[in-house]
Amino acid sequence: MTRLKADHRHSVRVTLNGKLVQAEAEPRTLLSDFLRHQIGATGTHVGCEHGVCGACTIVVDGTLTRSCLTLAAQVDGCEIRTVEGLAPSADRLGVLQQAFRRNHALQCGFCTAGILMSLDHYLSRNRSPTEAEIRDLLSGHLCRCTGYTPIIQAALEAAAQLASSKKETSDA
Amino acid sequence: MKPPAFDYLRAETVGDVLEGLAQEGGNARVLAGGQSLMAMLNMRLAKPKLLIDIMRLEELRKIEQKGDAVVIGAGVRQADLLAWPDLAEALPLVALALPWVGHMQTRSRGTICGSLAHADPSAEMPLTLVALGGEVFLRSAKRRRRVLAKDFFAGMMLTARGDDELIEGISLPVVKGTRFAFREVARRHGDFAIVACAAMKTSAGVRLAVGGVADVPTMRDWPRLEGSALDDALNAFAYELGARDDVHATARYRRDLVRMIGRDLICEVLQ
Repeated sequence: MTRLKADHRHSVRVTLNGKLVQAEAEPRTLLSDFLRHQIGATGTHVGCEHGVCGACTIVVDGTLTRSCLTLAAQVDGCEIRTVEGLAPSADRLGVLQQAFRRNHALQCGFCTAGILMSLDHYLSRNRSPTEAEIRDLLSGHLCRCTGYTPIIQAALEAAAQLASSKKETSDA
Repeated sequence: MKPPAFDYLRAETVGDVLEGLAQEGGNARVLAGGQSLMAMLNMRLAKPKLLIDIMRLEELRKIEQKGDAVVIGAGVRQADLLAWPDLAEALPLVALALPWVGHMQTRSRGTICGSLAHADPSAEMPLTLVALGGEVFLRSAKRRRRVLAKDFFAGMMLTARGDDELIEGISLPVVKGTRFAFREVARRHGDFAIVACAAMKTSAGVRLAVGGVADVPTMRDWPRLEGSALDDALNAFAYELGARDDVHATARYRRDLVRMIGRDLICEVLQ
């Protein structure tokens, strides 16, 4: 049993995009704030802070998670993926990110980090999603710029590209 | 939009949870998936002194079929139950209702029992528990008790759970060889229901349960009704629910939905 005192800071260690990081957090510190303020990983955006808008969505231990509805203390020892982990290297974009760029699937970009994490998680488990499935997934995110249509287009295009690249690899 | 200060206790046994609840009483809250409680904390609608995290207790994360019932532990996430291979056969009504609970990104964390503890009148899981006539298992350091669904919900976001009690799990009856239907109306899929209805065929006739209108999910059992007798029963029920106007819908619209969806679902299960 571990009891963390309200008025103290406690050490929290996580594996963030494959790298072990450690910082301090009060029991009440939200995971979204921990990532942004303590670790400095500002790719995760904070919108409504009550789980509605989806901007802060990340992946914790393989599970889609609203980081604003999660405490830093809860994820001690967990593996976390954020938008910073999507690009294969600093000067290249991932398949999904490239599809977003081609299709103008973002304008202001505020909601994009969360949407990318949801889609990346979903596409890694569902290689040939239907438009209806993508729309259902996107119901957990609010975007006030795009009208969603280019996001759906980008998601379907990325899915097709991921499916064909997988086929080529397996044929080779 | 930041939570107030509280102590955080990571429980390693159910005993830890019960001890924490016994010591702090009304000042402690159990944290499971956090999809309702964390929002309440961020909005400072709840100000507990202690949060007791139960999600590392493997013993609470079980879904077990025991005779004619399925027992679901307090740590079972909504996505876990949705992925349970026996769901459609054992609990067809839950299989119909669960995809309406929040979004994929919240079902992945939120628990079944957490939704029941929160007791939002529009939520699908309380409605399902009432429609199926399930039971809630409550446990404190001193005693264990079972509460029937109809006695569990005491009002809007109020339950029969005592301050020192943990919802350890629930039991839902497996009802074979009948027909179920579920439907809801919300502004968007995944939003809170304006009206949600569940219907099932019973040996005597039909059961209709309605959420989102009264302060608690409410059900009625009727003999096999048809035509104007069904219309009259639905109309009386719609008024008995005491609908109120709010920012989402008028009371009249809610009554219209109860009559319309209720009739559709009853016809669907009785056909």
